[in-house]
Amino acid sequence: MDTIFALASARGKAGVSVLRISGAGAWDAVSALCGGRLPEPRRAALRRLIWQGDILDDALVIVFAEGASFTGEPSAELQVHGSIAVVDAVMRALGQMPGLRLAEPGEFTRRALENGRLDLEQVEGLADLIEAETEAQRRQAQRSLSGALGRLAESWRRDLVQAAALIEATIDFADEDVPVDVTPEVTALLARVQADLSAQIAGFGAAERIREGFEVAIIGRPNVGKSTLLNALAGRDAAITSDIAGTTRDVIEVRMDLAGLAVTFLDTAGLREATDAVEAIGIARAQERARDADLRVFLIAPGEDPTELAQVQPGDLVRIAKSDTPAAGGVSGKTGAGVPELLSEIGEILSQRASGAGLAVRLRQRQGIAAAADALDRARAALDPGGAASEIVAEELRSAARALEILIGKIGVEDLLDTIFSSFCIGK
Amino acid sequence: MKRFDVIVIGGGHAGTEAAHAAARMGAQVALVTLSTRDLGVMSCNPAMGGLGKGHIIREIDALDGVMGRVSDRAGIQFRLLNRRKGPAVQGPRAQIDRALYRAEMQAEMTGMANLRVIEAEVTDLRVDTGRVTGVVLADGTTLEAGAVILTAGTFLRGTLHIGDRQLRGGRMGDASADRLGDRLRDLGLGVGRLKTGTPPRLDGRSIDWAILDRQEGDAEPVMFSFLNRAPFVRQIACGITHTNARTHEIIRENLSRSALYGGYISSTGPRYCPSVEDKVVRFADKDSHQIFLEPEGLEDHTVYPNGISTSLPEDVQDAYVRSIRGLESVRILQPGYAIEYDYFDPRGLKGSLELTALPGLFLAGQINGTTGYEEAGGQGLVAGVNAVRLVRGEDPWLPSRRDSYIGVMIDDLRANGATEPYRMFTSRAEYRLSLRADNADQRLTETGISLGLVSETRKAAFGAKMAALSAARDQLSARIVTRAEAEDWGLPYAASGERRSLMDYLSIVPDTAAALLAQGGVMEGLDPETLTQLSRDATYEKYAHRQDAAVEMLRRDEDMRIPDDFDYAAISGLSGELGAKLAYVRPQNLAEAGRIEGMTPAALTLILARLRRLARDRGAA
Repeated sequence: MDTIFALASARGKAGVSVLRISGAGAWDAVSALCGGRLPEPRRAALRRLIWQGDILDDALVIVFAEGASFTGEPSAELQVHGSIAVVDAVMRALGQMPGLRLAEPGEFTRRALENGRLDLEQVEGLADLIEAETEAQRRQAQRSLSGALGRLAESWRRDLVQAAALIEATIDFADEDVPVDVTPEVTALLARVQADLSAQIAGFGAAERIREGFEVAIIGRPNVGKSTLLNALAGRDAAITSDIAGTTRDVIEVRMDLAGLAVTFLDTAGLREATDAVEAIGIARAQERARDADLRVFLIAPGEDPTELAQVQPGDLVRIAKSDTPAAGGVSGKTGAGVPELLSEIGEILSQRASGAGLAVRLRQRQGIAAAADALDRARAALDPGGAASEIVAEELRSAARALEILIGKIGVEDLLDTIFSSFCIGK
Repeated sequence: MKRFDVIVIGGGHAGTEAAHAAARMGAQVALVTLSTRDLGVMSCNPAMGGLGKGHIIREIDALDGVMGRVSDRAGIQFRLLNRRKGPAVQGPRAQIDRALYRAEMQAEMTGMANLRVIEAEVTDLRVDTGRVTGVVLADGTTLEAGAVILTAGTFLRGTLHIGDRQLRGGRMGDASADRLGDRLRDLGLGVGRLKTGTPPRLDGRSIDWAILDRQEGDAEPVMFSFLNRAPFVRQIACGITHTNARTHEIIRENLSRSALYGGYISSTGPRYCPSVEDKVVRFADKDSHQIFLEPEGLEDHTVYPNGISTSLPEDVQDAYVRSIRGLESVRILQPGYAIEYDYFDPRGLKGSLELTALPGLFLAGQINGTTGYEEAGGQGLVAGVNAVRLVRGEDPWLPSRRDSYIGVMIDDLRANGATEPYRMFTSRAEYRLSLRADNADQRLTETGISLGLVSETRKAAFGAKMAALSAARDQLSARIVTRAEAEDWGLPYAASGERRSLMDYLSIVPDTAAALLAQGGVMEGLDPETLTQLSRDATYEKYAHRQDAAVEMLRRDEDMRIPDDFDYAAISGLSGELGAKLAYVRPQNLAEAGRIEGMTPAALTLILARLRRLARDRGAA
């Protein structure tokens, strides 16, 4: 059985984060990280975690023997510093080890249950946690797919379904009116997806949200008090790290450190009717930035409907502008009323997204993309005009689709059949 | 009152397979059919097997069923589809002589000890305290049984459509079984309606064969049954012709008179078997469609034009058929028609094919929303086995997705129901590389033996084959190939000088078997067939390894059986909606539960926890 790992502590913000590893390869994995200096079972020891020459962290390491752990399997706990970047780096290292993979929600509990380490009452107590974890990952995955990656994933799905359908058509409908050689079309489709995947792999790390930080857009009509609010946000509790004008005249960026996260506030001035063509382009760009931001703060006049300004996405905040009563959803940049509440709420939401579910989803996406790229390499190597190994190509396409499931959704046989029956006249 | 262990209603492909399987296991079986003459009638095309379907026949044969053996005896043209592709996706197919098939099937059925064929109409089921205990015949007679298998095919409230004309019936010339259909509807089972179609049947003597292309069978015919080596009767060729612009014009002009397009039929037909009307409408850019002219028998002049099923009126059928090359002066012996029939939502079945709502009653074949003789036969076999096991108080036999296409089919049906007639494709099997037609016996015959399904003859043949495979594997693994030999045989030699056995070569170099055979047998006592089979196994070995972890997880979850009376309401923390869904579908094990839509890891963990509690309580008691 695979060795699994996951972040066991709930928050990245805390002083200490706990990573848990369970399965036959758990001890080996820990040993690999601490240079072979495995502590005695059940004794906490300080170890420097090093992976491929990089120091990840100084961590407290505890290993548990088979039959004497939460899951009943050989397992280990790594208590690392509660920084999201550290947790992310350690998880990434673990994910690169052969035989190790990120645990599915509830998988630790299930193993514990199967090994007789938990009873029904304890499981019932854990069920809500598992449910919450599943839901958090689902929402996080959905969110991360709402932007540019989502559009890419959509095209990967389309291309993979099309490629697999062509291959399957030559297999299952050999006696029918379908093309004998689908190699050129399949090659083109796979090459397209491969190029995208390679670009993504090259961008791993560089394009990480954690390093780049989060974007929060402030949306509202002109003169509703956005700029004043922005200044107030920047001036209190938070250190301004830079203050640069945006690339377009319509977006002002303010970067700051909030709850240990790099956050860029976007002042999207100009959500109004454009008076000239140039301004219209600027406004469109501002709207796009706001839509793709991680979070939106809608600043509205009393009684105004925020959906008239832009689409309200899950988690977005709505505040009544120029109001001194935070209890009624008000905020004022001028008096500072409601500003601390707003800041702490934004910090809360973002750190939740950065930690736990967020890390897991990103790791899964990264691993999925890498595994899919490998499978597509093998698929293309097996392609030949005579179709002699088409069942192998199909098998590799299946693994690629499975690896990308978290990004592109499940591709079932019905998806392939739909494409086959609409492309070819089957039925001799 | 007469008493049997198992009563099978219907003598089609599901019914014969079910009755024969039950009888092979030693049960006292009655097969009730409207007409003994119709045992094993092929109501649609005169062919068996193909991709996915041929795999199912091999699986039936591996369990010593009848379909493969009878098809071999009646086969008049054998073709192994995808011969040039990998062994996993090769499927045996044959044109069948209808009359021979029927005769051979009747001989199988009537020659079987403890199997009685009763010619009668079943009008009702006998139900005692919520359990089926027998059947009532039209003359009022009651037959008692421990279990009943219903294989009504398209006969439940069947309606035939020829243009705007409708007839009641399950097949041209046969009455439909309406009373039984009503009775089942009263049970409150989910009922749906499906349709399928047939082409007009042609008189072969009026076809101009001389101007048509021909499709011959394989030079080296491959049989369905593991026990057979060569065809039994004379072999024939099929003809090939095409529709043309004129044909399409005639069809388009008369679309409103088609039952399908005239609004007489609303039920769902299969996308993979469209009527010629559908083809012309949906693929309007194609100006020609291929038609295979399949002779229905050696002594029969009837020809089945595969590819032009229709529900147009007879005069239009006449006109469009005669617009086709080679068919200019053809005589139609029987018009094509579409048929609508009832089926029961297969999500109401257990994995054993017993109805959850009515214990003691099993359903198999088209009545479960499938299409095809092979799909019906596979279900018949499963129902037959499980009916006997139910009567004997034994646990059901549940074929799995990882061991057979039959398992894939039943799992698909139970999980997703049928929105169109369900047909097997190899792409439905995620373990396709392991589920091959060539290894169906290696996968299933052992199971068949332990179920009591397999005759002594087959047992002996299977034992000999497995022994030969194992001996040859040892022999090949022990035989190290030298550099000189590799060069001599035209095989690559590892640059590293790594020592490789012949077995290694088989899995790494695809052409090894051919190279060895070309050498005229490198090793003493190694017969070509054994070598070829080892080579096929070796081809996919690394993929099988890659899937091992997934298979292992699936097996563990399948082994976690959920009892039929499992109380989902008692699980706190399970949402009401999910609980209700689980209670309806009644997954048989944790793997099935996991595939139910809307299932969450938390819910699955809760079910598992309760299962363990139950097991512990039982252990303590």
